[in-house]
Amino acid sequence: MKLQKSFPAIKGFSLPDIIVMLMFLSVIGIIFFLGSQWKGDLSSVANISLDYKYLPLYVIQSISRIAIAYFLSLIFSIIYGYITKRNKVTEVVMISLLDILQSIPVLSFLPGVLLAMISLFPNKRIGVELASIILIFTGQVWNMAFSYYHSVSTVPRDIIEVAKANHFSKFYKFLRIDLPFSSIGLVWNSMMSVAGGWFFLMACEMFAVKGKDFRLPGIGSYIQLAANQGEMQKVTLGLIVMVVIILILDFLIWRPLVVWSQKFRVDNIQSEDDKESLVLNLFMTSNIIDRLSRKFDQLIDKLNLIMLRFEKRTEQITTKKHRSSIIYLLLLATLCVMFFEGTKNAINLILKLNRDDVLMLLKAGVLSLLRTLAAILIASLWTIPLGVTIGLKPRVAKILQPIIQVTASVPATALFPVIIFFLIKLGGGLNFGSVFLMLLGTQWYILFNVIAGATAIPQDLKDMAKLYNLEGWKKWKVLILPSIFPYLITGLITATGGAWNATIVSEYVVFGGEVKKTLGLGSLISEASATGNYSILLASTLLMAIIVISLNRLIWKRLFSLSEEKFRVE
Amino acid sequence: MSKIILEAHNLSKAYPMRAGSQLTVLEDINLSVKEGEFISILGPSGAGKSTLLRILSGLIVPTSGKILYYGKDFEGAKPKIGMVFQSFALFPWLTVIENVEVGLKAQGTPTDVAREKALKMIDLVGLDGFEEAYPRELSGGMRQRVGIARALAIEPDLLFMDEPFSALDILTADNLRSELARLWNEKKLPIKSIIFVTHNIEEAVFLSNRAIILSHNPANIRAEINIDIPYIRNKNSKEFALLVDDIYTILTQPKKEIPFVLRKERYQFLPHTKVGAIAGLLELAQQNEEGVDISKLTSDLGLEVDDVFPLIEASALLGLAEVKEGEIRLTQAGKAFSKSDVLEKKVIFKEMALKNIQLVKQIHQVLLNAKNKRISEAFFLEILENHFTKEEAWNQLEIAIDWGRYAELFAYDYDTGEFYIEEETPVQQETV
Repeated sequence: MKLQKSFPAIKGFSLPDIIVMLMFLSVIGIIFFLGSQWKGDLSSVANISLDYKYLPLYVIQSISRIAIAYFLSLIFSIIYGYITKRNKVTEVVMISLLDILQSIPVLSFLPGVLLAMISLFPNKRIGVELASIILIFTGQVWNMAFSYYHSVSTVPRDIIEVAKANHFSKFYKFLRIDLPFSSIGLVWNSMMSVAGGWFFLMACEMFAVKGKDFRLPGIGSYIQLAANQGEMQKVTLGLIVMVVIILILDFLIWRPLVVWSQKFRVDNIQSEDDKESLVLNLFMTSNIIDRLSRKFDQLIDKLNLIMLRFEKRTEQITTKKHRSSIIYLLLLATLCVMFFEGTKNAINLILKLNRDDVLMLLKAGVLSLLRTLAAILIASLWTIPLGVTIGLKPRVAKILQPIIQVTASVPATALFPVIIFFLIKLGGGLNFGSVFLMLLGTQWYILFNVIAGATAIPQDLKDMAKLYNLEGWKKWKVLILPSIFPYLITGLITATGGAWNATIVSEYVVFGGEVKKTLGLGSLISEASATGNYSILLASTLLMAIIVISLNRLIWKRLFSLSEEKFRVE
Repeated sequence: MSKIILEAHNLSKAYPMRAGSQLTVLEDINLSVKEGEFISILGPSGAGKSTLLRILSGLIVPTSGKILYYGKDFEGAKPKIGMVFQSFALFPWLTVIENVEVGLKAQGTPTDVAREKALKMIDLVGLDGFEEAYPRELSGGMRQRVGIARALAIEPDLLFMDEPFSALDILTADNLRSELARLWNEKKLPIKSIIFVTHNIEEAVFLSNRAIILSHNPANIRAEINIDIPYIRNKNSKEFALLVDDIYTILTQPKKEIPFVLRKERYQFLPHTKVGAIAGLLELAQQNEEGVDISKLTSDLGLEVDDVFPLIEASALLGLAEVKEGEIRLTQAGKAFSKSDVLEKKVIFKEMALKNIQLVKQIHQVLLNAKNKRISEAFFLEILENHFTKEEAWNQLEIAIDWGRYAELFAYDYDTGEFYIEEETPVQQETV
């Protein structure tokens, strides 16, 4: 009886089955389409038509780029996590490397990556495609890598001991422990990463390097091209299509994933309001999916057997250890040579700067710093009161939350052309306009965190405030600000990081075929990348990384540990 | 004669500390486990029971010494190990049967064989009908049944249990204990021997046929007691009560090795207690001039030894009580303390703490000599971290803060992390 229950008999096809099958079919279709596109020559690249009928094809290509970059990020994160966890030395090195890499803006990688790809595939479109994918990848990967590393390091000791006592193979441990434990964090960070992918899509699909224009067909380049030609109608259309696509993806992919990942919660408490997802329910009732997942489980067991044998064999030949240590030494030597050459090259580039350049760089650094601070300040001024108001009233929160979520999911960069259009009409320059542009991209991080913080204020404390007639400023000082402090800090950290990254696209904007710019590190990076001035590109990137990392280490990390210690409400 | 499964020779475990020093947790442990033995390891909390269990099961590598499995090197033999955890350690996203199967599948058992074995074990622990349930749908007791079934499913020679019932409520724990005893007695478990860690003396006497008692700081074997009472044991029998009392006596005897006595070469270890609880214990103990039986006191209070032990240790350290043959008796100062009012209590406590407690004395001294009577906690942590782990150094300091504050010897500012001595300012009149 029991056995029958767990192996349901499969009879015929249900509607979910047919839908699932069609989905597989369409995926295969898209892969063939991409293949035929990418094989083309470089010359065909610049032909992007603003005709409506091409939009669906552009959308598919944009989504594919983001998807490929995303899967690369996922694989990279897992491998990075493993190298990091290898031993104490790699842990220290890899984590600080990650910290530095994530503070480097996307565009700084552009010229190097592009030139490498073009020389790998001369005159072929695939080279530019790969460069674009790598660019999107660099914007997506770091927070995922952090999340995976963090989850793997916080697996409870007892669970690890279960694996040890039962002699799990490395492969089995990865599939049965590491992956499930990291899934919730990975899903959330994947959502953030892909949102970041949309944010930088335009910069990644249409760019100039060394005065040469590169364009790839996609929804991002469509909007940008329309803006360049001043066709506001088409810009708006492109925007609407993009938002609709993002909402559809949310419905089809992210929502089901979030609900599904709840299965991997570590706490053993039965959640009251288990979230629902239509799509997930569909999948769960599909026989094909059921059969596939069972097949997948069997495959894992088979693979595990092979891995077990393999591990046993490698154990027997551990005496041949010295061979692998020679490989290690060679690897280390290559790394050293690369490191040396790279540093030499970089120093040479920086030495080419003259005094005026340095002064300009410093000035740009100060200006960008002021702009990001202004953006964060303005964002805090309106998001904190609103966030608290929403968070304290659960009923309001229920109505407003989805509206805000939709608004926030619009990639702010796509709105830039529209906003610039108005800014220019108003006669304002980009100096202050760029602050506004940064604001668009980063305020949501603060708002969401403040709402979460205000929702989490315990009812007891709220009652106490009422009993003691705490009102107005006093209530803020005693109850609200301390309670939301940890959340606020988390939001501010993410927002500052986002604002710095956004300087690149907001201090230097191409609109109506004209370049609008204002002095700042972001515009220096964008311009240097476009004109091929590597000295400036390297120096401004370096300066930005230094500023971001010092802000993180000196201010944010301290505030964060203060919030963890003192203001945690349990 | 039964064969010896596991032998441990001269096991020691030390953790490296700052400045090249070491913290020794286990010292020179020798023991052997025969087929058919149910062994319990007893000792005060923090004694290193769990560490010993993990070394014996091969999860942790000892600093020195070796373990033999049927006479062969343990690591080379790679025996199957069943392990039951206090926290259950189940995978929340796997169903009951998948959890039980996980060890079998990891070792490459074919699917149908694994399923059959898992079902058998689920039947054995009484979880019939819950195969497809998820752990979060189960009560704590049922979760631990899954944990036991999982450990048994791989049919290990040795079953290791790390305080398996201490996270459960009393009734559930009792129930599971009786069932384990019954299954063991009826030889229904697919194992040869059990090694069981607990701080519950009654539990050890109820279940095992040999109790190994550890001392602490560092742990070595104080005593081994054979328990020959036939199963199923009656907790109310005289035999049972006598054995429990014996073990209490061994555990509470103020021998040189145990930390009731201040050791010169070691930094004094403060038991994890609050002043309020110490005062409470002294109140209870003063009711009888002749001294109070500790095991009776513990069961009267409905507490575990683990809860009462630190209090007794702390009272002894402070010189407010003495322990003799399983009884606690108040000293002169202790009697005075328990009879006085709050303010007088503080005076007595201050005097005793300054006399007997190294850390409190040290903090007070340093503060008296400090310029503005303020010193950062970092200073004392630095000293303590030479003797304790980072975490324990914090614990020690927190205890000293609690005691010092009560005695009004010094104060502590949480925000700046500084110790200071309050100026003798006249009490300000509250404006009404």
